[in-house]
Amino acid sequence: VGYNWHWKVLFETEPGGTGSYLHYLIVGLGWTLVTALAAWVIALAIGALVGTLRTTPYPWVVRAGNLYVEIFRNIPLIVQMFLWFFVMPELLPQAWGDWIKQMPPPWSSFIPAVLCLAIFTSVRIAEQVRAGINSLPRGQRMAGTALGLTLGQAYRHVILPQAFRIILPPLTSESMNIVKNSSVALTIGLLELTGRARAMQEFSFRVFEAFAAATVIYLITNLVVVLAMRALERKVRVPGLIAAAGAPQAGH
Amino acid sequence: MGFDFDVIQRSWGYLFREGMTFTVTLTLLAMTGGIVFGTLLAMMRLSAFKPLSILAGGYVNLMRSIPLVLVIFWFFFLVPYIGAWVTGADQPVKVGAWMSAVITFTMFEAAYYCEIMRAGIQSVARGQVWAGYALGLNYWQTMAQVVLPQAFRNMLPVLLTQTIILFQDTSLVYVISATDFLGAASKVANRDYRLVEMYTFVAVVYFIISYSLSLVVKRLQDRIAIIR
Repeated sequence: VGYNWHWKVLFETEPGGTGSYLHYLIVGLGWTLVTALAAWVIALAIGALVGTLRTTPYPWVVRAGNLYVEIFRNIPLIVQMFLWFFVMPELLPQAWGDWIKQMPPPWSSFIPAVLCLAIFTSVRIAEQVRAGINSLPRGQRMAGTALGLTLGQAYRHVILPQAFRIILPPLTSESMNIVKNSSVALTIGLLELTGRARAMQEFSFRVFEAFAAATVIYLITNLVVVLAMRALERKVRVPGLIAAAGAPQAGH
Repeated sequence: MGFDFDVIQRSWGYLFREGMTFTVTLTLLAMTGGIVFGTLLAMMRLSAFKPLSILAGGYVNLMRSIPLVLVIFWFFFLVPYIGAWVTGADQPVKVGAWMSAVITFTMFEAAYYCEIMRAGIQSVARGQVWAGYALGLNYWQTMAQVVLPQAFRNMLPVLLTQTIILFQDTSLVYVISATDFLGAASKVANRDYRLVEMYTFVAVVYFIISYSLSLVVKRLQDRIAIIR
């Protein structure tokens, strides 16, 4: 079977009239990156907090942290997307729910998508942070408290600075994951890169050109993320502190 | 507004006999195929023959760099062409959402199982391979009887955790309108306009199954840790 490639389609005008298909896809990449970045900032904050709380000596705090992690780890991402998009506005007070639903596109899907990705990723970051803290020798915490630091100070000055350096490599793969996972937002109507490749395929009937272009853009994005994180790793490295030898992990 | 959880009871048969059966069958088939292909890929990646390891490495890295949703779209449109190429037909072969999903998830998960199996094979001491060769076993015999059984046992918890993720990820076949558990629920939800009830129910069911499985994996992990 022959498939007639027609790469010039990338430079033809898309039906919306905003420019070429290539431009259309690049704007999609912009939405992918903005969504991923916004979610990443929130995820890092929540993940660091929850991960740290799960290593404290207070059983109820640990239990609450575990509950949070188990809930958002055991529900598929697309179902969580639907919960934020369809269910959350109905459970809020009526006025708030209506306000969310009446937001003009793409905000009505952008905000649920960011919240969903942020919570979903925060759980995975919390796991990494907890593992990073637990991989430190116990003596570090004891030495901190022996010097008269409070628990909070020991975390702030002794434990967390080391733990974060240790978990940088797994955080790199999480930051790539959040870029990839943002594609699930197309199911709630966010026209990010994959969504636009799909739309381009529907408008132009050029199936493989559309998906090949999106694939290449994702590969370049990944490369940039990996290089940036590697530069960061080099910059913050403490001589003699060995980074975690990545144990094999399940992922997607 | 009023909630109507009765809709779940009304559509119970459709949700589970049709939807959940699709989801579970797809998970089991993709797990089996994915582990078989993944193990072969891992052996290729660890091969001393460069072109083979580069080919396998390229495939694995490509699959791991692009979103699953995009991979699902790729295969949905690509499989008819591959089918025509294999059977020699001059028109793309018609392939349903089910067959497309099975092929997609097998090929996609193989890349992830490959990385797990690669770590598993590398966790077996080199001396064991040499001992196998010294006993006169060839490569395949050494792999099948010495290395892989140990690699599987060492990696069993991670393989199962990956399978739980696979179970959750099969819900993405929603994008090609397949009737998996989520697809079935979504069709009922849109027909009866009961989105809140249905999606909440779907989340609860996925949570119960995934969480129970993860408890099983945790117990297995503890037992294996003692054996070692």
